[in-house]
Amino acid sequence: MRELKYIEALNEALREEMERDEKVFILGEEVGALGGGFGATKGLLERFGTKRVLATPIAESGFTGLGIGAALTGLRPVVEIMYFDFITTAMDQVVNQAAKLKFMSGNTVEVPLVIRAPYGIGTREAAQHSQSLEAWFMHTPGLKVVMPASVYDAKGLLKTAIRDNDPVVFIENRKLYFKAEEVPEGEWLVPFGAAAVRCAGKDITVVALSGMVPKAIQAAESLNNEISVEVIDPRTLVPLDVETIASSVKKTGRLLITHEAPVRSGAGAEILRQVQERCFDWLDAPPVILGGLNTPIPFCPALEDVCVPQIPDIIARIREMAGRPPLGDTQLKSIGTT
Amino acid sequence: MNRDMAWRALEIMYRIRLFEEKGKAHYQQNRLAGNFLGAFHSYIGQEAVATGVSLALRNDDYVFSTHRGHGHALARGIAVKKVMAELRGKVDGCSRGRGGSMHLFDPALGFLGGNGIVGGGLPLALGTAYAAYYRGTDQITVCFFGDGAASQGTFHESLNMAVLWKLPVVFVCENNGYAVMTPVRETICIPHIADRAAAYGMQGYAVDGNDVGAVYQQAEEAVSRARQGAGPTLLECKTYRIDSHCMMLPEIRAEKELAEWKAQDPIARWEKYLADNRIADGDAREELRARVAAEIEDADRLADESQYPDAAEFLEEIKCAN
Repeated sequence: MRELKYIEALNEALREEMERDEKVFILGEEVGALGGGFGATKGLLERFGTKRVLATPIAESGFTGLGIGAALTGLRPVVEIMYFDFITTAMDQVVNQAAKLKFMSGNTVEVPLVIRAPYGIGTREAAQHSQSLEAWFMHTPGLKVVMPASVYDAKGLLKTAIRDNDPVVFIENRKLYFKAEEVPEGEWLVPFGAAAVRCAGKDITVVALSGMVPKAIQAAESLNNEISVEVIDPRTLVPLDVETIASSVKKTGRLLITHEAPVRSGAGAEILRQVQERCFDWLDAPPVILGGLNTPIPFCPALEDVCVPQIPDIIARIREMAGRPPLGDTQLKSIGTT
Repeated sequence: MNRDMAWRALEIMYRIRLFEEKGKAHYQQNRLAGNFLGAFHSYIGQEAVATGVSLALRNDDYVFSTHRGHGHALARGIAVKKVMAELRGKVDGCSRGRGGSMHLFDPALGFLGGNGIVGGGLPLALGTAYAAYYRGTDQITVCFFGDGAASQGTFHESLNMAVLWKLPVVFVCENNGYAVMTPVRETICIPHIADRAAAYGMQGYAVDGNDVGAVYQQAEEAVSRARQGAGPTLLECKTYRIDSHCMMLPEIRAEKELAEWKAQDPIARWEKYLADNRIADGDAREELRARVAAEIEDADRLADESQYPDAAEFLEEIKCAN
């Protein structure tokens, strides 16, 4: 085992896949000498040269389309969008082209493309650099949607994404980029459509997306003596491993889903729909979606922090759902984190 | 253009014209009968563009088409019956009935689709061109788009990147005078879209798009330049859309303007050229026209006989995709 950061795991995945398959190349803003907006492509230009590490102008629509066109010929491009928010300028290429070309051609072409894009909230970058847009892409048939929440998954899921024959929107978490974890040496793959149970529990199921996973785990640990919380990380939203979630809910009878994106029409609503279809009769309490507020993200830290669920919010909802009295301020402070 | 090719150009233009007339008639009959089959974007009047450009290509080159793409598909050599069947949503269509008129595909011919989004194909063309560079082949990419697309942001992004990396692309702007029903003079402030090429450091040419010989010559030059690694070209072909935008909107253009352009019919002009240069006389032309007409009739019948795709199979397919 060794310590590795999330961003380094992405870098390893790209390097290994480029070594393994000459058809893999990367493109995007600043992916060359700088090594990408946050360092995911560091050292790749030196190793693979400009043909396979293509630094582009600021033209998301144009270079995303370049990736799609190259994918149509059988290459496996990995496009980096510097901030997830910027994908809005390439929406035609993602939604109307990448997601639909295989279908519209009667399955005579394929688009083996990965679009990597970091999202993240809590970095004080205000309304146009903090959005969690995963629901838009879940809502677009023809795309796969991946949200790794751990270092291990960042690497394993990216390698799977690169080997997949359909377009994958690979949503990275900017706040987790520099978090390190113990991981094995060598290479590994993490399959799509296989949720991970991060904490086993029997009283309540908490489904957490990406940045909410570490928060949910911390909340679960702090409640350990009182309420037994099962934390599930779906890892991929499309395809979604609803069976793992549903069997957990059948065991606990309670479901809390939490994400940073606005709660209105968010991924949580869709996960809940799928779970309810399978285990309505097993529910002992109304399911809850604890998501972001329906607002653009403010710059001011004091305001930004109230826009997304924090650990005390998760604890409070879990207690409420489990029929326990709320904690006082002093007790919350003793948990020590927000 | 040598004699053989000149003759072939006539055959392709006949094929497109007769195909469009047959397709249009079928479409209109259906509308009258209350069967609405989406839009029909007729290529009549623009035949010389697709024909001249396609004759300059090799079989392994790539082509991106538009919403008005029947002519591009036929000129590229997709079987008439496969295109006709696709327009009817039949399983023998080139996109198995999933695409329809605006989404004709044939990857075996490098024909990577019509596109329902104006300007949507330009970035894609960068990708196949980049792939050729990546693999070290000398394949080139042609990207058709209209005067309307020249106002989209993708035009700017794509032309700039194509020059930046000297990509083997020929951007063929079919300036047919109208974006839907808006005349180009109301959307673009300069007389020639081709002049914009200079702003990107690209070669740009405006050509008479109703003269198949002229289109071929200029396209051939642009294709050779791209194939030799000398970079992209913007080729503006000035032509005219004889039919209304998509058969659903009323005709609001002046009759005088329509008549002037009908007098510039690319097929009549080429017939005259062939006669003047003793390449083909009237009888030979009539014989060719009759042969192509029979081929279209055949395709029409096959398209009628072809089945609609099986819904159960479709549902299974999309289930697997989710």
